[in-house]
Amino acid sequence: MADLTTDFLGIKTPNPFWLASAPPTDKEYNVRRAFEAGWGGVVWKTLGSEGPPVVNVNGPRYGAIYGADRRLLGLNNIELITDRDLFMNLEEIKRVKADYPDRAIIASIMVPCEEEAWKAILPLVEDCGADGIELNFGCPHGMAERGMGSAVGQVPEYIEMVTRWCKQYYSKPVIVKLTPNITDIRLPAAAAKRGGADAVSLINTINSITSVNLDSMAPEPTIDGKGTHGGYCGPAVKPIAMSMVSEIARNPETQGLPMSGIGGVTTWRDAAEYMALGCGNVQVCTAVMTYGFKIVEEMISGLSQWMDEKGHTNTSDFVGMAVPNVTDWQYLNLNYVAKAVISQDDCIKCGRCYAACEDTSHQAIAMSEDRTFSVINEECVACNLCVDVCPVENCITMEVMKPGEVDPRTGKVVSGDYANWTTHPNNPGAVAAE
Amino acid sequence: MATPLTPGIAVGRLPADEIAENFKDLHAPYAPHEAAVAADRCYFCYDAPCVTACPTSIDIPLFIRQISTGTPDSAAETIFDQNILGGMCARVCPTEDLCEQACVRETAEGKPVEIGRLQRYATDTAMAKNSHPFERAAPTGKRVAVLGAGPAGLACAHRLAMLGHDVSLLDAKGKAGGLNEFGIAAYKSTDDFAAKEVAWLMGIGGITFHHGQILGESFQLDELVANHDAVFMGVGLGGVNALGVPGDDQECVFDAVRFIAHLRQASDLTELPVGRNVVVIGGGMTAVDAAVQSKLLGALNVTIAYRRGRDAMGASTYEQDLAASKGVNLMFNVQPKALHADDENYVEFIELEYTHDDGTGLKGTGETVKLEADQVFRAIGQTLTTDGGLALDGRKIAVSETGKTSNAKVWAGGDCAAGGDDLTVTAVAEGRDAAMDIHATLMGGAS
Repeated sequence: MADLTTDFLGIKTPNPFWLASAPPTDKEYNVRRAFEAGWGGVVWKTLGSEGPPVVNVNGPRYGAIYGADRRLLGLNNIELITDRDLFMNLEEIKRVKADYPDRAIIASIMVPCEEEAWKAILPLVEDCGADGIELNFGCPHGMAERGMGSAVGQVPEYIEMVTRWCKQYYSKPVIVKLTPNITDIRLPAAAAKRGGADAVSLINTINSITSVNLDSMAPEPTIDGKGTHGGYCGPAVKPIAMSMVSEIARNPETQGLPMSGIGGVTTWRDAAEYMALGCGNVQVCTAVMTYGFKIVEEMISGLSQWMDEKGHTNTSDFVGMAVPNVTDWQYLNLNYVAKAVISQDDCIKCGRCYAACEDTSHQAIAMSEDRTFSVINEECVACNLCVDVCPVENCITMEVMKPGEVDPRTGKVVSGDYANWTTHPNNPGAVAAE
Repeated sequence: MATPLTPGIAVGRLPADEIAENFKDLHAPYAPHEAAVAADRCYFCYDAPCVTACPTSIDIPLFIRQISTGTPDSAAETIFDQNILGGMCARVCPTEDLCEQACVRETAEGKPVEIGRLQRYATDTAMAKNSHPFERAAPTGKRVAVLGAGPAGLACAHRLAMLGHDVSLLDAKGKAGGLNEFGIAAYKSTDDFAAKEVAWLMGIGGITFHHGQILGESFQLDELVANHDAVFMGVGLGGVNALGVPGDDQECVFDAVRFIAHLRQASDLTELPVGRNVVVIGGGMTAVDAAVQSKLLGALNVTIAYRRGRDAMGASTYEQDLAASKGVNLMFNVQPKALHADDENYVEFIELEYTHDDGTGLKGTGETVKLEADQVFRAIGQTLTTDGGLALDGRKIAVSETGKTSNAKVWAGGDCAAGGDDLTVTAVAEGRDAAMDIHATLMGGAS
């Protein structure tokens, strides 16, 4: 069985599965349960400045989006940072860390964007024995209204400044958690790096209203007839997060900057995908809030099995392996020609491919009287929509045409040469192909 | 107190609570979450095979999607648009042979979307509100007589009333519903559903019900034709085929349809007599309904004796399995040869002869088997009792695709009309389509 021991910023944990800073890591009781269940590390629920803690609403904090059978696909929250006393949290961190020296505890911190505030809290955190800190520049709700959270994360200069303070007043690894509520994720990541961050973690939650109650005409979750936008997370946000991860991974300015992947990680496969895009580990929240801590057992066994199958002996073996294959559209090979092929043995004749193609795409699927569905190669542009809507996995596949064959749609011979938009004759800015 | 072992035909073989348990709803209705989960399984197929397989062409993917989006009343309207008896059909349709057999998830997993139960969820939800979903069109001044208040007649009457015609609905029996009320196993139509559905259907207005009206006795077809702009015949099949073997006239030989009718109308099932050893001759739904209900009443041994093989049986595989699961013994390739009675006129034995079909027709092999029997049910088909002088096709009234008969002012549909497969849902379709044709004819449009 593959060894899942993971070294992230010099912090060794028995596996790359950490819990994200969130309700599951708000206190000693939960974190002990998480470690007993097998989680490699936790990022403790965000600590605020010394003094009276923040307060939370006393009504619903979460809203959800469901798929079939009420399977939770997306979760939204309006909970703030920890509403417990700073020193109580620090004592608990110290106690738990002492009992679980092989697990990581990272302290998430959010204090006002003033040097004094950071200078005050960092020595206290240093003392509690946490393995590092994560700067919460991400929460888009509540705290942002007070100039913290995503209000900082949306200004690269602030990120750089605060990160610099942290590196100055704190000796252990500093991870900067990024907000996705920004146009270009590369800018805050680069700012964090300039400020000396050891790593970035992403994404924090996305601004969201999950639903509107059509009886009360108020957003949900609703507090006394009113609602506010919250932070969206869960499986639904994974594609958004992975794209941002890939942008940072391949940006020359931030290339090689360690990343901790967050956003909808639910299974071992999600984790492996984030890691393939360059994350040294992953952080999980919504999945445990939906199913409890036990899911880590599946994540551990699944990643081990996959690593064994692929011959990976260490989790670092495959970190970033997919990054070189993430490119810009303009570099995609336009001489690559594929056609959809429908397996008649597997087809259950639902006709969804036909409806999708006929109504919304290229009219490239024929339907016979006896409901046999077949691809019209003269029309098929290989868009993949039929594959995506087919309820039977692998019933429809995309078959690549071989060089020398004639594409019945264009009448052109398929070339084996690579050619992209930058050299295409239709591109006004094309450069001559050499 | 009788028990299943009590000889002869006896009442109260089982305690009242056990009988009540036996006759409760065969499929409990879906709770809202169950319906949502079941609805989620529908793929919303293009030109869906389930719709093609439905004799009334209900837009099944649409109504299931309407359930899944929390609008069961809209779902019900989609159903009622095509099939005003969608509530009963949801209970009695052999969905395993129709929509659910055609479901692509049956192909994919052997586990179709449970269309029948979803239909029941939608129709029950809507009907519980006790409001009628349709409004009548402006009165046309046309008067139509509908003979027979079974599924065909009710569907026809409703559609005609909706289109603005005045409908006289006549039935020989004391109440409307036809086989929905007097046939069909009790566990498929619990809580007096058939009568409630008729009352709800009548909510359209414009339908006047006249009971106790027997064609050929109370009135003649000619009189109706003379007094109305059009007539629809949906009289069903009132006669029962005889066994045609010695002993058929014994007192302990019953018509299965009458037994079921008695059972459906009984106020106390513990007062309904049933034999210790029951043999049902036949292979259709009526045979299964009679056999299963005999067993549920407490008969010790119940056998369905069918003259052909399992494949030829009119009852679906699902119905056969249901019978078997209730403890009914299924015998194939046997036909009745004789009934042997004792001195007190009780049937003691039924003698069955094995059959064989070598391609030239079914023949007895000469070899026989005797079964103990103190009650025998005939369930070998029903016959038209009165044709009103209309041309026949075989033993039923000849009709065009839209139900036209040999009389230009008379249409027919349901079991009394030729063609179709004698299902409730088919009768509904025929009644509905005849109504549309009557409407087109009366309003001057060609059809």
